[in-house]
Amino acid sequence: MSSALETRPAVAPPDAPAFADPPTLGRRSVHDVARLAPAGRRLRSGAARAARASVALLAFLVLWELAPRLGWVDPVFLPPFTQVAQTFAGLVADGTLATNAGASLVRAGAGFSIALAVGIPLGLVIGWSSRAAQYLSPFFEVFRNTAALALLPVFILILGIGESSKIAIVAFACTFPVLLSTIAGVRSVDGLLVRSARSLGLRGTQLFRKVVLPAAVPTMFTGIRMAATGSILVLIAAEMVGARSGLGYYITAMQFNFQISQMYAGILAIAIVGVAINGGLVLVERRLMRWRP
Amino acid sequence: MSALAPTTSGLRFASVTKEFPVRGGGTLTALSELDLDVGAGELLTVVGPSGCGKSTLLDMVAGLSTPTSGTIEVHGREIRGPGLDRGIVFQQYALLPWRTAQANVELGLEAKGVPRRRRGAIAREHLDLVGLTGFESRYPHELSGGMKQRVAIARSLAYDPEVLLMDEPFAALDAQTRESLQDELLRIWRATDKTIVFITHGIDEAVYLGQRVVVLTPRPGRIRAVVDADLPAPDGVTDLRSTPEFVALRHRVWEALHAADPADQVPDPAPAGPAAPTRTLEVAHV
Ligand SMILES: Nc1ncnc2c1ncn2[C@@H]1O[C@H](COP(=O)(O)OP(=O)(O)OP(=O)(O)O)[C@@H](O)[C@H]1O
Ligand SMILES: [Mg+2]
Repeated sequence: MSSALETRPAVAPPDAPAFADPPTLGRRSVHDVARLAPAGRRLRSGAARAARASVALLAFLVLWELAPRLGWVDPVFLPPFTQVAQTFAGLVADGTLATNAGASLVRAGAGFSIALAVGIPLGLVIGWSSRAAQYLSPFFEVFRNTAALALLPVFILILGIGESSKIAIVAFACTFPVLLSTIAGVRSVDGLLVRSARSLGLRGTQLFRKVVLPAAVPTMFTGIRMAATGSILVLIAAEMVGARSGLGYYITAMQFNFQISQMYAGILAIAIVGVAINGGLVLVERRLMRWRP
Repeated sequence: MSALAPTTSGLRFASVTKEFPVRGGGTLTALSELDLDVGAGELLTVVGPSGCGKSTLLDMVAGLSTPTSGTIEVHGREIRGPGLDRGIVFQQYALLPWRTAQANVELGLEAKGVPRRRRGAIAREHLDLVGLTGFESRYPHELSGGMKQRVAIARSLAYDPEVLLMDEPFAALDAQTRESLQDELLRIWRATDKTIVFITHGIDEAVYLGQRVVVLTPRPGRIRAVVDADLPAPDGVTDLRSTPEFVALRHRVWEALHAADPADQVPDPAPAGPAAPTRTLEVAHV
C-alpha cells in the first residue's frame, strides 16, 4: 500500500476508503517525494512514448518514399515523399501555402467561433432545464446525424458561393457537437455536488457559474474537439466544391492542372493544420483541467 | 451559547412526517410523526437501520427537501430552505474536484459574500482547525479519504453555522482514521460549541460521540428510544470504549435497535454484557 502511495499518490477513486490517514504522520514528505519521483520518470517515459507514437508514422513515410521509387505505384500519381516535401518547402517559401491555409483558417475559425457562441449558451440553458432537454435533444440528434455536407447545396443556394456559405456550413456542422456535449455535460453534473453547494448557500447564477459550469467542462470539451476537427473537414470539402482560395480549393486546382506534387503538398498542409489545431485544443483542455488526476 | 434566548433549543422537530410518492401510485412513508428537541450546543447522534429515513431527516433539516407534514425549527425559526445557519457534511465528501482544499472551504464564504482577503484567512484557520495545515493548495484527488472529509468538515464550519449536520461522515473510512476523526470532532465541538446532529449506523460511534443517542425504528422511521450517553471527555490515555459504562451504554443502544426489528442483521457482535440484559427501554423523553 505504501509503495503504491509513493509511486502514484492519490489515484484512489473518490469513494475508495483511504488507509493510514492521519496527515501528521510524515505524510507530507511522502507526498513531496512522490511529486519529485515521477518527474524524471515522466521525462523518460515521455521520450519512450514519443518513440512509440512515431514508429507507425515513420514506417508510413518510408513506404511512401519507396513505393514510387521501386515502381510499386506510378510515380506520376504518387511522387515520393521527399519530392513532395521539397515542393512543400517551396510552397511555404513563396507564401502559397500560407495564403491558402490562412484563408481556410479564417473561415474555419469564424464558423467554429459562431458554433461556440451559439452552442455553449444554448446547451447550458437546455441542459439546465431538464424539460427542454427532453424535448429538444432528439431534434438535435437528427440534425447532428444529417451530414452537414449534404446541406451544402442548400447553403450555396441561399447564401451564394462566397465566404458566407462556407462559414455558415462550418458553423452549422460545429454547432451540434458543441451543443450536444454541453447539454450532456450539464446534465451529468453530480447531483451531490449541487446539493452540497446549495446547502452552502449557493443559488441561481452563482451555483451555475461555480459548480455546474466547471463540472460540465470536461464533457463539453470532447464536443469542442470534435467540432474543431469537423470544422476543417467540412470546410475543405466545401472549398473543393467552390472557392477561389483555401487549402481545399488549392488541392482541387492542382489536381486539375495536373500538378500532382503540389496537390500532395496541399494535403500534407491540411494534415499538419489538423494536428496543430487538435494539439492546441488539448493544451487548452489540460490548462483548464489541471485539477484532474 | 445561542444569542437567541429564551429558547435553548437548537433544533426542534414537531410531528415531522415525510412521505415519498411511489412510482405506480401510493406513497412510501420514510419518517413518521417524529418529535425531537435538540438542545443548543448538544451533540446528538442518530442510529437506525438502513433505509429508516436518517438521510431523509437530514435533508429536511438542510432545507433540501420539505416535510410532508410537521415543522422543523432551528433556534426557533422554521426552516424554509437551505441556509447558512446550518452546515452539512455528506458521507461522500462532495468536494468540488477542480478546487483546492482552501478554495473548497471558501465556497460557502463566497456565497455569504465574505471579501476575498477575509475568505482566505478564515479558510486557512479552519483547515488548521481540522489539522490540515500545509494542505491548502492540494486538490481533492491528492488527498486521502480522511483528509477529504476533514476538508468537508472545515468547509461546513467555516461560515460559522449554528447547527452542524453530519450524515455518516466517517462511514467510508478505515477504523483508525475514523477513531482519530471522532476525537477530532469532539475536540472541535468542545472548541466551537456547535449544535451537532450526527447520523451513523455504528452503535459504537453513536455512543462514543453522542450526549444522547436517538434510536430509530425501521421504516417508517420513528423514535424507538433516546439513550443518555454523556460520557466523560476522552483524555487520550484511557480506552473509553472498553470502560464498563461504555459497554453498558453500547448494549442499551444495541438492544433498542434490535428490539425494533429482530430480523435485522447484527452489525456488531454483542459484547459480553456485565449484567443480564434487561428489556426495559428508556422511553423517549422528548
Ligand atoms: N427521493 C426519494 N424518493 C423516493 N423514496 C425515497 C427518496 N429518498 C429516500 N427514499 C426512501 O426513503 C427511505 C429512507 O431513505 P433514507 O435515505 O433516508 O434512509 P437512511 O436511513 O439514510 O438509510 P442508509 O442508512 O442506508 O443511508 C428509503 O426507503 C428510501 O427508499
Ligand atoms: Mg443515508
